[in-house]
Amino acid sequence: MTSLAGRATDQLRPVTEAAGELTAMFGALWRRSLKVRVVSSTVALSSTVVLVLGMVLQAQLAERLIENKTQAALLQAENSRILVESELGAVDPTSASLAGRLTTAVDRLTNPDPTGTGPATASAGAYEPVLVDGGDPSGVVGTGQKIGPLEDVPAVLRSAVERGALAHKITTVQRGSTAMIMLAVGMPVASAGRTMQLYLLFPLTAEQRTLTLVQSTLVLGGLVLLVLIAGIASLVTRQVVVPVRQAAEVAERFADGHLEERMPVVGEDEMARLGTSFNEMAASIQRQIRQLEEFGELQRGFTSDVSHELRTPLTTVRMAADLLYESRDKLHPVLHRPVELLVSELDRFETLLADLLEISRLDAGVAELHGETVDLRATVANAVASVRAVADRAGTAVELDLPDDEVLAEVDPRRVERILRNLLTNALDHGEGHPVQVIVAADSDAVAVLVRDHGIGLQPGQQDLVFTRFWRGDPSRDRRTGGTGLGLSISLEDARLHGGWLQAWGAPGKGSAFRLTLPRGRDIELTGSPLPLGFPGASPGSGPPVQGPPVPAGPGR
Amino acid sequence: MVGMAARVLVVEDDPASAEMLSIALRQAGFETAVVGEGTKVMPALRELKPDLVLLDLMLPGMSGIDVCKAIRAESDVPVVMLTARSDTVDVVLGLESGADDYMVKPPKTQELVARLRARLRRIDGDPAEQLTIGDLAIDVPGHRVSRDGTPISLTPLEFELLLALARKPRQVFTREVLLEQVWGYRHAADTRLVNVHVQRLRSKVERDPEHPEVVLTVRGIGYKAGTA
Repeated sequence: MTSLAGRATDQLRPVTEAAGELTAMFGALWRRSLKVRVVSSTVALSSTVVLVLGMVLQAQLAERLIENKTQAALLQAENSRILVESELGAVDPTSASLAGRLTTAVDRLTNPDPTGTGPATASAGAYEPVLVDGGDPSGVVGTGQKIGPLEDVPAVLRSAVERGALAHKITTVQRGSTAMIMLAVGMPVASAGRTMQLYLLFPLTAEQRTLTLVQSTLVLGGLVLLVLIAGIASLVTRQVVVPVRQAAEVAERFADGHLEERMPVVGEDEMARLGTSFNEMAASIQRQIRQLEEFGELQRGFTSDVSHELRTPLTTVRMAADLLYESRDKLHPVLHRPVELLVSELDRFETLLADLLEISRLDAGVAELHGETVDLRATVANAVASVRAVADRAGTAVELDLPDDEVLAEVDPRRVERILRNLLTNALDHGEGHPVQVIVAADSDAVAVLVRDHGIGLQPGQQDLVFTRFWRGDPSRDRRTGGTGLGLSISLEDARLHGGWLQAWGAPGKGSAFRLTLPRGRDIELTGSPLPLGFPGASPGSGPPVQGPPVPAGPGR
Repeated sequence: MVGMAARVLVVEDDPASAEMLSIALRQAGFETAVVGEGTKVMPALRELKPDLVLLDLMLPGMSGIDVCKAIRAESDVPVVMLTARSDTVDVVLGLESGADDYMVKPPKTQELVARLRARLRRIDGDPAEQLTIGDLAIDVPGHRVSRDGTPISLTPLEFELLLALARKPRQVFTREVLLEQVWGYRHAADTRLVNVHVQRLRSKVERDPEHPEVVLTVRGIGYKAGTA
């Protein structure tokens, strides 16, 4: 049983699947197209209305037809009764000649008097008469003599008539192989002796034909009406949908950056109002964007001007300070230290100025990336070499872990080197003399450099803060490299400019790690990094590495 | 600086800065002359025949870039640009207009002096040293480069760059090494300098600069000499 049922479901599966697909397709169409929705709901609602209307109409017609027929039949029956009674007036139902007289009476009914005095059959149509000597209300039992198809007269009608009433009923009669609907009218007729029963069977064929014709006309008319309604709904919806679609296209192009895109406004209807408001909005957005662009231009110009205006006097001061420093032996000993301070603070001033200019360039979005294919190992080596002096002064070893194969990537080597320099000076500043590790790794899509120190580390939540401008982890600490507080922010922007990530990890007392991940090419989207962010094992017993949250430059950006 | 001090023409519009530059350069043993306007550079150049021009990029009257182009149209004198702007566009424009080297303001005096000396340095070598690179012949003591006997005119810097490559034909030079050897940089610095000058050199010595045969690029590393 189960296997059979299983087979049945198996066989049904393609069907159900196809049905499911169809439903899904229609569902999608339903969701996406206003037109489909409007047309189908209009058609559904109108079909209900047309169906109900058609049914009511048909029922009314049928009722009226039957009513007319019944009226005519009753009239006919009355005429027939008079005719038959006149024939049977002298007949004794008990006589042997009864059968002959009955036949004569019925013959009078079916073959009416050629003079025109016979029963009018025109209004009620043809009929089959049945004359029976049945029972009589007084309790006399008839002989059962009959003329005509008595078996076609329904029993209910017969019993009613035998009780002396005029009655009629619609019945289905089997004639040969076809069933016929007939209206049977029955009434008692008086004979010389006792009451007999006359039944007239009127076929309803003509009425049925009429009804069928009306029905098919109604169905056809309904279908035509539905098609017309569907067409009209579609046309009307089109009038609304087409401008909406145009509006959507215009809005899409606008969103793509074609700020001069406007909607055509025709007339004064709702669509025109939509168009007008859209155009006003577009104009306002365009104006604001232009303004922002102008501000950007201004900022760029301002940056450049500040750069020049500050740097020229700074050149003079710088060279004067250098000259003083070179000839400090000739100066009064009291001035030695001030001159040293002058020179070193000028260095800081310069770095700060350069960093400020760089970050304002990055903010203004005017920083350019000059990509070239380089071996990242060389870039790392250069960065390490540039901080060698600082590392030596701090007594910190910098351990390099480079792959044997070349690590080619299309990057801006100046920016990458700057990022690495910033990460290295940061590690030297906070490494407390413990060795700093630099690890390089690559996969098919990305290259990564991890700079790991084992110093004071980061407090929970500081992973985000380290990239904040002018943020300092511990204000009380001495600054070996005199960082400006902008280095990591610039590095983050530089990483972003490459489409790369710069992420921080750290734990209190366990040091911190900064991981730079860059795509190998400009059109590669980063999905992961070839290096894990916490570098396990670098610090014994440091526990599992904590994956820092994807800080601002993370995959989400 | 054999016998006579090298003459440096300082082109700078800011009087204080110009004066300080002069003082610092004289202190380092140079002779200096100051020009404050771009339009006066060419007359001064013709009159004084300096050994080197120290050029501020932002000048009233005539931009440093135009001045540099004007100088190059007439002379191979080494030009070191002094620029307040470190934007790539400005730097590359400056270098492409013919400057040999550039320094971003404010320069450290020692470094400025070192760079200027590097540009003034005489190339010494075997009096009869003759080299080939690609299909070029280099006459080292005569500072001449020729292809099939046709001389090719190069600035001293371009000559030095070509010579560095030609002297070690099998070596691949990184940009950093070239910066150190040719420009006298002691720290790794801006490698754009090398890129721009290699391009300028190629435009002069290559038959088809798009497909170089004399100065070859080694992807991801640097440059090397082409074989004959």
